[in-house]
Amino acid sequence: MRNKARVSAEDCAACGCCVKVCPRAAITVPHGVCAVVDADRCVGCGKCVRECPASIISLEAAEA
Amino acid sequence: MKRERRWYDRMWIVSLTYLALGFFNILFAWLGLLCFFIPLIISAVRGNKAYCSKYCGRGQLFGLLGGSLGLSRKRNMPRWMRSKYFRYGFLIFFLVMFGVMLWNTYLVFAGARPLGQSVKLLWTLRLPWRWAYHGTLLSDGVAQFAFGFYSVMLTSTVLGLITMLLFKPRSWCVYCPMGTMTQLICKVKCDPVTEKSAESGHNQDKENERTCD
Repeated sequence: MRNKARVSAEDCAACGCCVKVCPRAAITVPHGVCAVVDADRCVGCGKCVRECPASIISLEAAEA
Repeated sequence: MKRERRWYDRMWIVSLTYLALGFFNILFAWLGLLCFFIPLIISAVRGNKAYCSKYCGRGQLFGLLGGSLGLSRKRNMPRWMRSKYFRYGFLIFFLVMFGVMLWNTYLVFAGARPLGQSVKLLWTLRLPWRWAYHGTLLSDGVAQFAFGFYSVMLTSTVLGLITMLLFKPRSWCVYCPMGTMTQLICKVKCDPVTEKSAESGHNQDKENERTCD
C-alpha cells in the first residue's frame, strides 16, 4: 500500500497547474476535460495536492 | 528532477508588459484580444487546454508572485468558490459585462455617446485614465473599446491578485472565464472523441473519459 494522488473530477477546472508541478509527468489533462493521474507513475509526493488551486486532489492509499 | 525551461515559461513577462503598456497608450489594450482568441482557437482546433497549462502569462504571473515570491497564504479556497455554480455563474456575469462593454463601444461608434476616457475597475470604480490617451486616427469607438477592454483585463488581474493573496497562487485559474469557456469547448469536443476511441479500441482514452463524467 502506498499513497497515490486522486483527482475529484467533478470540480476540476482542467487548468493544468498540477501537470506543471508533477516531477514524474504522471498527471495529464486528456482532451482538456479534467486531470487524470497515471497511478503507475504517481509516487504520491503530494506536490499536485498542494498546488491544485481548487484543492480537489488528495492522496489516498492504493494497492501498489 | 527539474523540467527544462521553455520559451513559453516566460509568458508572464508578456502579461506584465501588456498591463504596463496600458499606462502609456491605451490603444495597446487591443493586443489583449490575443488572450481571448488564442485559448479559444487552441481548444476548438486541438481540443485541449494547453493554453492554461503552458502559455497563459497571467497564470504564470500569479504562480510566481504567490509561489516563488511567497505572497500567497496558500489556503484552500472556500468550497462555494470552486463549485461549478460559481464558475459558470462568474462566466455568465463576465460575458454579460463584456456585452455591456461592447454596447458602450457601439454607442461611441454610432456617435450617440462621447468617448469616456476612463478605466472602470471592478465594474464600478471609474479611474481617470486620460494620460494614456493621445488620440486615434480612427473612430473614437476604437479608443472606447481599448478603454473597455483594458478595464476587463485590469479588473480580472486585480481579482486574480486578491485571490492569489488570500488562497492559492493560481486561484484565479479556478474561476477564470476563459478557462471555463475553453473547458466547455473541450467537453463538447470530447464526446465524439469518446466514441471514436471506443471504436478503435483505445481503452486508455475510454478510461480517461469515464473518470471525467
